[in-house]
Amino acid sequence: MNSHRQQRTTKLAALAATGLLALTACGSGGDSGGSDDGPVSLRMTVWSGAPEHLKLLNGIADAYRKSHPEVKSIKFDVLPVENYTETLTTRMAGGKAPDLAWIFENSSLDFVSSGALKEVKDDPDVLPAAKRIWQQDGKLYAYPFSTSPFGVFVNLDMLKKSGRPSPAELIKQGKWNWDEVTKTGAAVHAKTGRTGMVIRDFDYKAWDNLATYWDGWGAEAWSADGKTCGFDKPEMIEAMTSLHKAIFDDEAMLAPGTAADFFAGEAAMTVTQMSRASLLTDKFKWDFVPLPEGPKGKYAVIGQAGIAVLAKSAHADAAAEFQAFMTNRENSAKLGAYFPQARTSQLNAATLAKSNAKLSEEQLSSVVIDGIKSGKVKPVHMGQAEIYSAVRSGLDALWKPDADVQKVLTGVCSSIKPQLEQ
Amino acid sequence: MKTLERPRTTAAGPPGDGTRAGKPFWTSRRRDQLAGYLFIAPQLVGTVVFVLIPLVLVVWYSFHEWNVLAGTFHSVGTDNYQKLFDDPKLPGVLQATAYFSVGLVVLNLSLALALAVLLNQKLRGSVVFRTLFFSPVVVSLVAWTIVWGFLLQKNGGINAGLDLIGVKGPNWLRSEGTSMLSAIVVQCFKNVGLNMVLFLAALQGVPRELYEAATVDGAGRWRQFWRITVPLISPTILLTSIITVVGSLQVFAQIAVLTQGGPSGSTTVLVYYLYQQAFNFHHFGYGATLSVLLFVIVLVLTVIQWQMRKKWVFHES
Repeated sequence: MNSHRQQRTTKLAALAATGLLALTACGSGGDSGGSDDGPVSLRMTVWSGAPEHLKLLNGIADAYRKSHPEVKSIKFDVLPVENYTETLTTRMAGGKAPDLAWIFENSSLDFVSSGALKEVKDDPDVLPAAKRIWQQDGKLYAYPFSTSPFGVFVNLDMLKKSGRPSPAELIKQGKWNWDEVTKTGAAVHAKTGRTGMVIRDFDYKAWDNLATYWDGWGAEAWSADGKTCGFDKPEMIEAMTSLHKAIFDDEAMLAPGTAADFFAGEAAMTVTQMSRASLLTDKFKWDFVPLPEGPKGKYAVIGQAGIAVLAKSAHADAAAEFQAFMTNRENSAKLGAYFPQARTSQLNAATLAKSNAKLSEEQLSSVVIDGIKSGKVKPVHMGQAEIYSAVRSGLDALWKPDADVQKVLTGVCSSIKPQLEQ
Repeated sequence: MKTLERPRTTAAGPPGDGTRAGKPFWTSRRRDQLAGYLFIAPQLVGTVVFVLIPLVLVVWYSFHEWNVLAGTFHSVGTDNYQKLFDDPKLPGVLQATAYFSVGLVVLNLSLALALAVLLNQKLRGSVVFRTLFFSPVVVSLVAWTIVWGFLLQKNGGINAGLDLIGVKGPNWLRSEGTSMLSAIVVQCFKNVGLNMVLFLAALQGVPRELYEAATVDGAGRWRQFWRITVPLISPTILLTSIITVVGSLQVFAQIAVLTQGGPSGSTTVLVYYLYQQAFNFHHFGYGATLSVLLFVIVLVLTVIQWQMRKKWVFHES
């Protein structure tokens, strides 16, 4: 009997301990990052998990920790690019905000105006235009970490097979324009069965990437003050009619509901940024050229990202100090290998070429430097996520062979009017 | 043992304090009760922490507006509930949800029952087929959906297969007419195996003698199915229908991976819409209100199904 009781007592104790352990596990939080006085652990969220990018970032972090022993660790959390901002804000809602964050241009105005970011040190070396969307009331809230113009990567082997001239030849002839690109795309599709042109990351959802197309027609999603819709303006209708024809009539561009990866050799041309050069292999001969001209002539479009310190970080000062180190002149020159820096002192091909083994001085000069100097940032608006969703939904009707372009675009304006007027 | 013996004497209080003097506090019954409570404690704690508290919090949030970026949280009374009635997108969202739910429940239950009836026959290879149909249940939902996403592309595997027989397949995920249907089929194939196994177990519990008697009475196989099989497995039909209805209303990952609510919002179901409101647009208060609406819909449908069981479920009348 005694032994029976003893067994039961042991079982009860074990059960209670299990329960307690479970509760303790539930209650324990993540890495607190250390106390204010003790060693500090910093976390930064980034979207790129490319080994080269992380190696570069970790190298800068290691160098910083050597001179700052109070910083125990600096960790880069890679969040998927598809839902980067949602994941970041969900972490913030859950009280697990990082100390620093990489922020895309499309959510810049929301973050800056909300007070979620801590003011960071301004640097006169950075071009004023590059700082515009990260500023409020004359104060800077994120360092424009990447100011990356869009260009066109071209598979020269595929163009040769299709019997089409290379972009370099077309540039020489002054014919590097969207009409010729459409002809080339159509020829590639007809002769090789592959895709001609892919506007990377658009995939008939991320419509803001289409600015790399419609800017050539002088079109814009909304007016500079953000109050007037631009989708129903004549230049936008003309641009989208041309795009629709290239997709459905000429079959020169990636069709809706299909996929083709340029870097895997599945497409002849792709519009994207310099940072994607890390995906290039020796599979085919390639070139990197500026965006083709539109009816309005030459133009450039920029995608931006900023590095910001979260105001609610427990170590905001330490994070700001690291941010300043990470983006100082020396380190920004290193970052320039993948993420073009809008710094006056570095805007020359020779400097950029030192950290860009893959791109020639000519490519860096024509696409990156000229693009940074003259480029226009992709569409940005307050409450971007809601507008983005409404436009995406409205544009879905355009991606059909028999779409009425004007009607669709007028509908887009009707759906975003309330948000633009807010 | 002494530690448990001690309270027996010390816990015994004076007359009138609820314990009888001289009787040990830790009686065999109390020990058993304590053991019982400790055994259910982990589940109880889990339910309270991960179900009840979040449920109460969701209702609480629905009366507030929470701006995650600004870090502000303030009461808005019943504004979010008023917004439910004023939201022009909500009727379309509810319609899409109903379409998905009805489509999935009908397709899933009929296919699961048909497969179960087939596999209940003593045929060669039935174990292989049973495993084949059940295996998607244990596959990661996201991985399953991503693979189907590739198959359903315009130049994907499904259309390549249709090409072989001379049929030009549609653009499954980009057309308003086929995108929801695609999501329903993908979800149906993912979980049909579970309902199939439940139906199979129920079918194997139907006494053979009833069929023999019915055959003697001249009933054909179709009549036997409707008059014997269906009534006797009706408790399982009730169970599977409740599980499938609740699951269909909570669909999220398939939509997020396959269509992101498009094209033109045609696959924006309620859970995806509330995710958009809360996590994309940062309207956490309204997102919580939509969660409350979903809870009420699921509750009402489950109660209706439960009440109606008396009319059609065997042994329940």
